[in-house]
Amino acid sequence: MTTQDTLKKTPLYKDHVALNAKMVPFGGWDMPVQYEGILAEHHQTRHECSLFDISHMGEFIIEGDATALDGIVTMSIKDMPVQSCRYGMILNEQGGIIDDLIVFRLEQAKWFIVVNGATTAKDAAHFQKHLKGGTVFKDVSLATGKLDVQGPTARKILKTFVGDIDKLEYYKFDFFDLLGENVLISRTGYTGELGYEIYYPWDKTVELWNALLKAGDIKPAGLGARDVLRLEVGYSLYGHELEENISPLEAGLSKFIDFEKDFIGKDALLKEKEAGVKRKIVGLLSQNRRSPRADNTIYSEDGKAIGIVTSGTFSPILEKGIGLGFVDIACAQTGNIILFGNDKSRAEAAISSRIFYKEGSLKT
Amino acid sequence: MEVIEHYLYTKEHEWVNIEDNEAYIGITDYAQAQLGDITFIELPGEGDEVEQFEQFASLESVKAASDIYSPLSGTILEVNAELEEEPGLINKSNYDKGWIIKISVSDMDECSNLMTAEEYENFLESVG
Repeated sequence: MTTQDTLKKTPLYKDHVALNAKMVPFGGWDMPVQYEGILAEHHQTRHECSLFDISHMGEFIIEGDATALDGIVTMSIKDMPVQSCRYGMILNEQGGIIDDLIVFRLEQAKWFIVVNGATTAKDAAHFQKHLKGGTVFKDVSLATGKLDVQGPTARKILKTFVGDIDKLEYYKFDFFDLLGENVLISRTGYTGELGYEIYYPWDKTVELWNALLKAGDIKPAGLGARDVLRLEVGYSLYGHELEENISPLEAGLSKFIDFEKDFIGKDALLKEKEAGVKRKIVGLLSQNRRSPRADNTIYSEDGKAIGIVTSGTFSPILEKGIGLGFVDIACAQTGNIILFGNDKSRAEAAISSRIFYKEGSLKT
Repeated sequence: MEVIEHYLYTKEHEWVNIEDNEAYIGITDYAQAQLGDITFIELPGEGDEVEQFEQFASLESVKAASDIYSPLSGTILEVNAELEEEPGLINKSNYDKGWIIKISVSDMDECSNLMTAEEYENFLESVG
């Protein structure tokens, strides 16, 4: 158990406390779960714009030709144009997910990689172990602050700071001048809304945070709202839908795997493919406001245990409980009615698409 | 955290407001703040019996579920059905419009197992 004293703090820790945020341990970091309230912060992100402190995420820089990196990550990277980024995973030899990540091609032979906060150390060890000689690996996590600006008005707000931000297309990145720093901004996010992720010098992140909040029409939002927002659009979260004993085939992430190339974990995945997966992630749509919760058992209508809930929340947009969970492949058809809960109490849900909300401003 | 002078309290952060032999029951300001936005409540039925410190309802906030325990034994006379449509009333008005059940109290002696407002305030300080 991590005690309060050993939790890591982002450069904005004092600002969160001053804003009366409720702070919670998250992946070894002391992070704001909410400021005003999860519902208010969710609403503001879906309808206006929110500012998230995501400085706990890990960042690496790798210099060297594509071959070394290509054998470690699941997605194809050799065909990536400079200034593009791509989502994928790193796997162990058994095909389990060590982490999910985004790879940015900065130059022909220079890469920027963004990983989860809780897994930064083990990811760094994994890359260092498998990168070949002649490749330079740098963990720049503690030099890199990260702020996410997310919501339908994100472009308008960021444009007052970065005049040419509107040239940035969905899932692209570039370097921009922002308050005197030349920084990487990508049009990516974790909310299903139009948004940007800004990588900023760690010790200057507080200045950017304050300047953005002073601009008006943007308010801070915490990890609580972020989790609701990502679940409404069916995104995976490490430690829930992604784990070292979960394969990307089970996790529904096959489209982020390039089977044409060799990579760590490929042999195990090919075997799993041939045998057929035994369970898979499905969406769970509750019949009412009651929500599935992580670790709830999933039962068939006749009461047989057929799976487990990995994430669950109340969806303010649908006004219903929603979740993700693993179910036996034989029971995984969309439309099937299941029960979620425990020995004491159970409620009904339908197996559904994991994308519960499709009206977001993501690609506008 | 707001505490009402003449109510009695439990260690699980429920309150009870006794008038003659009847009592309104809800959760405290501290409890609603800890839970955050409340999004669902599973209410018992009118006429059900409740036992002191036994669960009678469950609440869900955006992120978590928690059980609610009755401060006193008795029979449920009325449930606050408005909460089914608008569970957030508990956040907005936990001591008043956000009451959960009304019971007829079966044993007033059980009040000695509850905390006064002053005792509850001290208890809150001790739990930090």
